[in-house]
Amino acid sequence: MRLSRLFSALLVGALAFGSLGAADDAARYDRLGHQMMCVCSCAQILVECNHVGCPDSSEMLTMLRTSIASGASDRSILEAFQAKYGPTALAAPMLTSFNKVAWIVPPAVLAFGLIGAIVLIRRWRLVNATKPPVAVYAPSSATRDRIRRETEL
Amino acid sequence: MMPAFGSYALLLALALSGYTLLAGSIALRQLATHAAGQLPRVDPARLAETARRSGIASFFAVTCAAFALVWIAFTNDFSVSYILHHSNRALPGAYKFAALWSGQEGSLLLWAWLLAGYGLVLRLRHKVDVRLTAYASTILAAIQLFFLAILNFAAPPFALVAGTIPADGFGLNPLLQYPEMVIHPPMLYLGYVGFSVPFAFALGALMMRYPGEKWIHITRRWTMVTWLFLTCGIFLGAHWAYSVLGWGGYWGWDPVENASLMPWLTGTAFLHSVMMQEKRGMMKKWNVWLIFATFLLTLLGTDLTRSGLVSSVHAFAQSSIGTWFHVFMLITLAVCLFTFIRQSDHLETEHRIEALVSRESSFLFNNLVLLTACFTVLWGTLFPLISEYVQGNKVTVGAPFYNRVAIPIGIFLMLLTGVGPLLAWRSASFRSIRRNLVNPGIAAGAMAVSLAVLGERPWLDMGSFYAFMVWVLAAFVVTAIASEFLRGAAVIAKHTGQNLFSSAVQLTRRNTRRYGGYIIHFGVAVIFIGFAGSAFNQSKEQELGFHDRMQVGPYTLVCQSYTQDSNLNYDSEYTLLDVYRSGKKITQMAPEKRFYSASQQTATMVANHSTLAWDLYVVYAGKNPDTGQPIIKAFLNPLVAWIWIGVMIVVAGTAVALTPNLTAALAASRTRVPTREGAGREALATGGGD
Repeated sequence: MRLSRLFSALLVGALAFGSLGAADDAARYDRLGHQMMCVCSCAQILVECNHVGCPDSSEMLTMLRTSIASGASDRSILEAFQAKYGPTALAAPMLTSFNKVAWIVPPAVLAFGLIGAIVLIRRWRLVNATKPPVAVYAPSSATRDRIRRETEL
Repeated sequence: MMPAFGSYALLLALALSGYTLLAGSIALRQLATHAAGQLPRVDPARLAETARRSGIASFFAVTCAAFALVWIAFTNDFSVSYILHHSNRALPGAYKFAALWSGQEGSLLLWAWLLAGYGLVLRLRHKVDVRLTAYASTILAAIQLFFLAILNFAAPPFALVAGTIPADGFGLNPLLQYPEMVIHPPMLYLGYVGFSVPFAFALGALMMRYPGEKWIHITRRWTMVTWLFLTCGIFLGAHWAYSVLGWGGYWGWDPVENASLMPWLTGTAFLHSVMMQEKRGMMKKWNVWLIFATFLLTLLGTDLTRSGLVSSVHAFAQSSIGTWFHVFMLITLAVCLFTFIRQSDHLETEHRIEALVSRESSFLFNNLVLLTACFTVLWGTLFPLISEYVQGNKVTVGAPFYNRVAIPIGIFLMLLTGVGPLLAWRSASFRSIRRNLVNPGIAAGAMAVSLAVLGERPWLDMGSFYAFMVWVLAAFVVTAIASEFLRGAAVIAKHTGQNLFSSAVQLTRRNTRRYGGYIIHFGVAVIFIGFAGSAFNQSKEQELGFHDRMQVGPYTLVCQSYTQDSNLNYDSEYTLLDVYRSGKKITQMAPEKRFYSASQQTATMVANHSTLAWDLYVVYAGKNPDTGQPIIKAFLNPLVAWIWIGVMIVVAGTAVALTPNLTAALAASRTRVPTREGAGREALATGGGD
C-alpha cells in the first residue's frame, strides 16, 4: 500500500515536472494536442493528423481550443475528451485505477532487475572471496619478450 | 501459365523443405545413436548430404516462385488476385517490382525467399563445421517449412481472381510509392529473417551439446550482418515515414515500428553479452535465451503486423494468418524450452562476475537496460489488449507514454555506453576509473555549461531536460571513445614514429571488433544528439496566396505559384515556395499532394531543406475550399540530419567490426606460406610448375 502510494507520488511528480513552465494557451494547446489521438482511425496524434478533409480532427481541435479558453484544467479537458470520444482518444492512459499499471510496470521491472543484478554480483563476489586463491602465474622473461613482440607495443 | 508455374514452384519448395527437415532429423538422430554404439540402418552421412542438397534445391524453387510473381506484375496479369490488388498498368517499373512485398502474400514470399537464400549460403559453407551446420540446416528447414506451408495453404500469392478479370489493377498503396520503399522492406526482412540463422546455430549447438564456444565464432558474422540489416531497415523506415507521412516526425511508436525495434534491442543485447561468453565463458544460458527471444520477437513482430491484433498506421498487409503464427511461436517456444531444460547442464558458467565495477558487470547492466527497453516497448504495444481484457475497453498507448517511460531508459543506456568501455575486465580499480573518467567528465561539464550559456534551461519542461541530459552524455561518450583511440594510437605512434591518425588506423586494424564497436557507439551518440533535437520542434500552418509570406524560425517562405499537374498514375497539386534567410534566397521548395487514380487515395510529397542545424520541412496540407489557396504547414525540426549521419557512422563501424584483424590476416598469410612452398615442392617433384 505504502509502495503503491510512493509510486503514485513519483508519477504525479514526474507529470507535474513535465508540465512546468507551459502555462500559456498556445503551449497548452500544443501539449494537450499531443496527448490526444485523432479518432478518424488514422492512428495519428491529434495535432499531427494530416488527412485532407478529416471528419474529426477539426471538431476535436475546436473543442480543445474552447476548453483551454474556458480555463478548464488539463485533467478535466482530458477527461472530457475521454468521455466524449472514448478512452482511445487519449494518446496515453490516464492515471486511473488499472491504467496505473501501464506506467508503473516498466520502471518497476528496471528497478527490480538492477537491484537483483547488484545483489547477485555481491553474492558471487562473496563466493569468489571464500575460494582458495589460485597460484599466481609469473611469466618468464622469455615469455614476456614474446608477448611484447607479438603485441608490438 | 506463370501463376501455375509459381504455384508448382512453391509446392516443390515445400516438398524439398519437408525432405530437408525429415532426412536431416533422421540423419542427425542416427549419428547421435551411432555415436552411442548402435549401427545405423541408413548411412547417416549420405542421408544428411541429401538433406543438404534438398535444402539448396529449395532455394531455387522459391526463387522460381518469386520470379513468377514479379513476371506477373510486369506483364500486368490481373488474373492473379494479389497483382490485381497491388499493381496497375501505369505503375512505374520499380514499384511493380516492389509490389512483391507490398501485400500479405508477397511479403511472406519475400520472407521465404530470403530465408531460403540464407539457407543456401549456410549449406554451401557447410565445411566450416559439417555437423553443426547439419543441425542448423535442419532447424532452418523447419522454419522454412512453416512459411512455405502458409504460402501454399493460407496465403497463396498466385490465387486467381474469381469471375471477370478487370482491365486494370487497383494500384499500389500511394504511401508505398516512394523510392525508399524499394529498399526499406527487403532490408528490414533481411534483418528479421537473418536472425533465424544465429537462432538455428544456437539451438543446434545446444541440441548436440557443442563443445566450446566455436559456434559463437561461426555465427558472429551472421549476427552482426543481420543486426546491420535490421538497423538499416529500421532507419530507412524512419526516413520513409519522415518523407512520406507528412506529420513532421520520423518515429511514431506505432505497433509495427515497435515490432521492428524489439528484436533489434534483444539482438543488440546478445551482441554485447556474447563477448562475455567468448572471453570468460560466462552468461551461456542468458545468451542462448537472448537469441531464442530475438527470433521469437521477429515472429511476434510479423504476427502483430499481419494478424490485426493491434491497430497500426502500417496496416498494409493484414489478414487472418495470426493463428498460424501463434501455433508456430508456441511450438518454437516449446522446442527451445525442452532443449534448454534437457541440456542446461551443458551451459554451466565457467566464471562468475567478480566485481560490481567491471567490464562484465557493465555488460550485464547494459543487457538489463536493453531488455527493459524491449519489455517496455512490448508492454506498451500489448497493453491495449491487456486493458481490453481487464477493463473491457481498449486504451491507446502512444508517444506520450514512450516519451515518459522509454526515453529515461535510453538516457541510462547512453550513460552505460560511455562508462562501459572505460572499465577493465574482471575488476576496475578506483584509480583507473578516476583516470579514465576525468576527460569525459570534463567534456560533459563543459557541454553543460555551454548549453546553459546558449540559453538551454533544462528545468523548463521535460523535453528540454531530456535534451540537456542527452547532449551532456553525448559529450561524455564521444570524449570517452576519443580518449580510447588516442591512448592506443599514442602508444603505437611512440613505437613506430607514425603520426597519430595513421596510428589510430593501425590500432583499429589490429582490433577491428573493439574499435569498430567504439565507432558504432560514436554513431549511436550522434543519433541520440539528433533525437534530442525533437524537443525543440516548431510548426506553423498558414494559407498562402500569390507572394504571401510565412515566417518559420529564421526562414521566410514566399509563395511563387500554386498549380495542378496530371499524369497516368496520379493527379497532383503543388506550390512553389521561395525560401529566404536573412533576406537572401537560399532555395525553392515544392510541397505536393498527389491523388492516385487507381487506388483512389491521396499521398503527401514533403519538401525538405535539410541542414546540420535543422530541417525546414514543408507540407502541402490542402486547399481552402473558399479561396482556392493552398494551406501550407511548415516544421522547423532541429538536428534531424544528425540521425541519418549517425546511422551512416553505425554502418561504417559495423563494417570495420566485420573486417578481420590485421594480425589475424597476417597470421593467416603466414600459415599459407609453407603450403605454397609445399605445393611448390610437390610440383617440383612431379616435374610440374612454371
